[in-house]
Amino acid sequence: MVEHGDIRVVHCGGSKINFRDPVITHDSRFLLCASGEAVKVFSTSTEECIHELRGHTGLVTGVLLRPSNHLQVYSSSLDGTLRLWDFTDGILIKTCVIGYPIYSFYASDKHENVIFIVASMPSDKRRFQLVAVHLPQSGDQMVEAQELSAVLSGVNPNPAAIAFGRGGEFIASVNDLQWSLEGGWNTFTCVACHPKDDCIATGHEDGKIRLWRNFNHKKEYTYSTLHWHHSTVSSLCFTPEGTNLLSGGVESVLVQWRYNQESERDFLPRLGGAITHITVSPDGSLFCTSHSDNKITIIQSCVKVSAVIQGLVKGDIRTDLMMDPRSKALVLNGKPGHLQFYSLQRDKLLYNLDIVQQEYIHESGLQQFEVVKAAFDASGSWLATVEERHQKAAELELNLKLWAFDEQTQSFVLNTTISAPHDAQITAMCFCQPTDSQTTLLVSTSKDGHFKAWQLAAPAHTEDEGPSWLCDFVSAYHGLVPECCSFSADGSLLAVVFQEVVTVWSPSTWELLTTLSQPPGAVSDLCFGRLSCSKYLLGTTASNLLCWNLLTCSLEWTTSMDVRRLVADPLSENMAAFCYQSGSTDLFVFKPSEPRPLFSHKAVCSGKVTQAVFAPREEMLESCEESSQWLNRSQLYFLTQQMDLMTFTTKAEEDRLLASSKQVSSSHWFSMTPFYLLLGKHRQQQQEHQDSDSSLWAERTALPQTSASMKELLQTPAHVLPSTSYLCSMFVQSLLISVSDARSEKAHAEEEMESEKEEEDSEEEMESSRSKPELAAAAATESDTPALTKAQARELRRVRKLDHSWLAGLLDS
Amino acid sequence: MASFKPTKIQVYPKLGEKVTQDTLYWKNYKAPVQIKEFGAVTSIDFSPVTPHNFAVTAFTRIHIYGPFSQEPVKSFTRFKDTAYCGRFRSDGQLLVAGCEDSVVRLFDVSGKVALRLFKGHTKAVHLTDFTSDRYQILTGSDDYTCRLWDIPNATELTTYTEHTDYIRCGVTSKLNRDLFITGSYDHTVKLFDARVEKSVITMDHGQPVESVLLYPSEGLLVSAGGRHVKVWDLLKGGQPLVSLKNHHKTVTSLALSSNGQRLLSASLDRHVKVYNTTNYKVVHNFDYAASILSLGLAPDDASIVVGMTNSILSIKHRKNQEDSKEIAGQQRRRPSYRVFVKGKNYVPKQDDYLVSKPVKEHLAKYDKQLQRFNVSKALDTALGTYIRFRKPEITVAVIKELDRRGTLKNALAGRDERGLSQLLNFIIGNLVDARFTPVLVTAAEMILDIYQSVIGQSPVVDRQLLRLQDLVKREIEFQKDLLEVLGMLDTMFASSLPRKEVLAQFYRPPLGGAVTSKKLNFHS
Repeated sequence: MVEHGDIRVVHCGGSKINFRDPVITHDSRFLLCASGEAVKVFSTSTEECIHELRGHTGLVTGVLLRPSNHLQVYSSSLDGTLRLWDFTDGILIKTCVIGYPIYSFYASDKHENVIFIVASMPSDKRRFQLVAVHLPQSGDQMVEAQELSAVLSGVNPNPAAIAFGRGGEFIASVNDLQWSLEGGWNTFTCVACHPKDDCIATGHEDGKIRLWRNFNHKKEYTYSTLHWHHSTVSSLCFTPEGTNLLSGGVESVLVQWRYNQESERDFLPRLGGAITHITVSPDGSLFCTSHSDNKITIIQSCVKVSAVIQGLVKGDIRTDLMMDPRSKALVLNGKPGHLQFYSLQRDKLLYNLDIVQQEYIHESGLQQFEVVKAAFDASGSWLATVEERHQKAAELELNLKLWAFDEQTQSFVLNTTISAPHDAQITAMCFCQPTDSQTTLLVSTSKDGHFKAWQLAAPAHTEDEGPSWLCDFVSAYHGLVPECCSFSADGSLLAVVFQEVVTVWSPSTWELLTTLSQPPGAVSDLCFGRLSCSKYLLGTTASNLLCWNLLTCSLEWTTSMDVRRLVADPLSENMAAFCYQSGSTDLFVFKPSEPRPLFSHKAVCSGKVTQAVFAPREEMLESCEESSQWLNRSQLYFLTQQMDLMTFTTKAEEDRLLASSKQVSSSHWFSMTPFYLLLGKHRQQQQEHQDSDSSLWAERTALPQTSASMKELLQTPAHVLPSTSYLCSMFVQSLLISVSDARSEKAHAEEEMESEKEEEDSEEEMESSRSKPELAAAAATESDTPALTKAQARELRRVRKLDHSWLAGLLDS
Repeated sequence: MASFKPTKIQVYPKLGEKVTQDTLYWKNYKAPVQIKEFGAVTSIDFSPVTPHNFAVTAFTRIHIYGPFSQEPVKSFTRFKDTAYCGRFRSDGQLLVAGCEDSVVRLFDVSGKVALRLFKGHTKAVHLTDFTSDRYQILTGSDDYTCRLWDIPNATELTTYTEHTDYIRCGVTSKLNRDLFITGSYDHTVKLFDARVEKSVITMDHGQPVESVLLYPSEGLLVSAGGRHVKVWDLLKGGQPLVSLKNHHKTVTSLALSSNGQRLLSASLDRHVKVYNTTNYKVVHNFDYAASILSLGLAPDDASIVVGMTNSILSIKHRKNQEDSKEIAGQQRRRPSYRVFVKGKNYVPKQDDYLVSKPVKEHLAKYDKQLQRFNVSKALDTALGTYIRFRKPEITVAVIKELDRRGTLKNALAGRDERGLSQLLNFIIGNLVDARFTPVLVTAAEMILDIYQSVIGQSPVVDRQLLRLQDLVKREIEFQKDLLEVLGMLDTMFASSLPRKEVLAQFYRPPLGGAVTSKKLNFHS
């Protein structure tokens, strides 16, 4: 077993974006949020990720706009550094080494060049203190902060627990049990200070919000209580002018309180998961809420949700990892009661499919329906889901739902709901795989000891609408509990595991063909071989990996390993086995016909791996190395115990990715206007055209659309632009590819200037020419260098304008 | 901001027969008019001419009813004994009837006294009919003979003595004056031709023949006897085509729906069955109170007349179009077509920019209350009279939703005597419905928990609780019995299956779904 250096385990997408409160820039165009070890810059209008500010080597714990320069942003990390970025270009400006892990940090207008950080006490790692850091003023890229002074000790590391009041005049900090100014009697969760007044708002675990005043005088503080939330208030925020107070909690309702008129409230309900953070843009026009389901919602003036930035939801994932055969998206549990479709290529959530179709009640401790199983058929036209709700002292509620893919809406539509398909939990479910056959078959196994086959049947009465799913066959085997089931690649065999016994059935006649067993130990996972290895059936027990030959009905080979998950590659014979060994998981990739593994990787991650999937690649890799050939057709993804999505990459692939990321132009984030679309398409076509024309990238001429005129046209607001008729000629000119770019542009500019001058001239002349015709004639003879008379030039210009407007019309159509 | 998802109302499969075009057609009759006759109604015959009066033969009388009157427009009472088989001539002017006293009488429909008496039979005459040339009469009698008579002279023309038992039914051809068919208790149906003076085709029905019927094309013949209805192809020399066995008692009468698409058979088992004449499947079924002896169908199916052994004549008239229109008129007036389709058929042009308007979602009242977390009010709404009685599935769905939200207890609590008794009434009415049991058992247990302290304070509630207890006890008994039956069936299935080498028990589910046994752990 050899370790291969060129295949690496990497994190793959879907990092948390709701870890810390996001920041909206001054112009409200960008939203910055901490995401794993990077800071992500999103456009607030298009929801696209524009930049990823990478550089930190630890978890990013906070993002703040620099008070003195609103185009720069600070970020802090557990690696003990503060970094200053230019977020419009995505450039690291400065790194400031603090030396301690930073849990959160604050800045205020009043304290120039001072950053307040929360770090653990040197004496006790579990206690935290607020430290003021004076940033050294030097031009170096990398500086070390020397001047540290402790401000407060024994603070809460949660960033919501400290707030700066009145631009930094006072600091309010709440702790778990005590109020740092005076004692309270309820657990505090968050604090916010009014930007203008001496008022502090605190949120409590019992759902109350308290507004504290007069705290400057000892023992004379007063407070008022606001109560709407029924459980913990998790975030509080004042609007920049201090007219409104926003609060949110587990109910997922954004509540807007009028300051000083607290009886008036506005609500924005059903935003998604529980609200974890609320922020307001500096001009107060945008609100932004982070949710527990890895989502950021951008709200316009508390009435309309304008954008939703959704990351991969990685809560309690109970379904297997699956690939949608149509969209090639990764499918798994998402929001409660939903399946999420996540594009791995674009690292973006495509959509959520509502499976349960019930109003989700945001209340902790409530048992709700959860999606526990899902399966796709081979062509992706059918999706089967199982949802269950288990209540104490009540019967298990189970629903099996079958969804048909609708070509028109391009999504899944509910076809059949089977309530209580089994008496007990469903342990496994799989579709019959063959693509050529007309009938589709679904097999579900349950803890009630039965397995059932469901078939799509035409309705008995022709007046009914469409076909629906009916139970076709029920069977049991000696009252044992079936654990998993699997169809062979051609759909001619069904294998169902009943603890130690593997039963092989023929789905066409429902005859029990044979039983296989290899005690001791119950078989926990089952997989048929594919392509040339289709005669093999693989099973795993707690101690062994077993391979049966179906032609001889005997055991072909066995190895002793604790395989937790066995995955078959749908495009090749390869199989991947995740083995758990002494606290970490090893991966073996092998062919059932060969005794030697193709690839092995020790300790891919700590903990067990129970969910994995092979995802087909969009384009095949051409790797000739034997060890990495198994990654050519498809990629292996798996979920670790910590719910991290990981994958394997080869060195060649990484290099290619790196190269491609450099080519990405900076103007990606322009919002998609129809105008942009038109131009973009045009440009793309040109690019393609040019690509085919010139084989060598280096010799390519500079693209005309990068010209200044084009940029000016696109970036200047419409109301300051000159009239369209004036711009049109320039615009069309810029679209034409000239032979010698530089010269023509110069000439063009000259001509432009000249024509403008001429225009002024000619207007003057209109009057003067009548009175002094001889002078005009003299002038004409004088300027004979262009060899054109004024009249001729005017005529030429007229023709040109005419011509261009017609061309522009053609372009528009 | 996602919109509120309304409570999902479970759609349960409709039990009972499927609604087809046929059921709609045959259900479109008014409530039957019941007329008491003097004895068992043995024959019903519709006049071929408008207004399609019909002659009803019962005991010693023949009554002629108009299409709408409930009183007879005419009565013939001059029979010495039981009359049989009153039939109209094709012009509707004359009526012939047999009698127990073996005399055949011919009446003018407008007169009262018999025009002619045909004497010659020695026993009761059960079959009389006019031939298609209108001048002859066919009779069949219990003396095993059938005869042809000349009307003007009242003389006997021919006697056929081929049958060996009572002749109880027969029919003359409408297309040929010489052909007629008789059915007899000797199990045969015979086709006679007057020109050759003997039977041409003999068909063996297998049972005493009670009724025969010719298709309008006269290529097919239908005979009824015993529990069977048989269809014969006359053009192939009396070849049997189909044998129908859908009744469980003797079939007594047959009729064809006016367009020849449906065949009706009436039987002593009190059913009238309607068959499709292309595939001979039963498409509809009528139930009556007593054994049916005779059946008549008015032209265009305008009415179905059935005579029964308990001497009741039941007439069902078809609902006409005006009636249904009247009902429609009472409904709320909809906005005019022009307003309704305003802008709907506008096809957007290429350059148009579509402004999508959010569709305002309509929520039911209980959903609106659930949206505001007014749980008690939502339950009250769902327990409203209309929903409770007409759509119990909505009430159950709301109770289920409240249970899911964990607020069912709050919603059930705090009710006065009236509210509680309403709730208990609903539970008693629907608890044993297998579709609702799991939900309602939870609710009932909660009610008992909440209100156990006030038991004994209200006689109304106490009575209902006792009823509930009885109901649960009875249901548990039923379930026990059912499980016993299920066990017996299992043993039967197991023993009937051939023993396989591999020991595996499998069976096909009887109804395509799992047989779920309800569990009732219910203590009151």
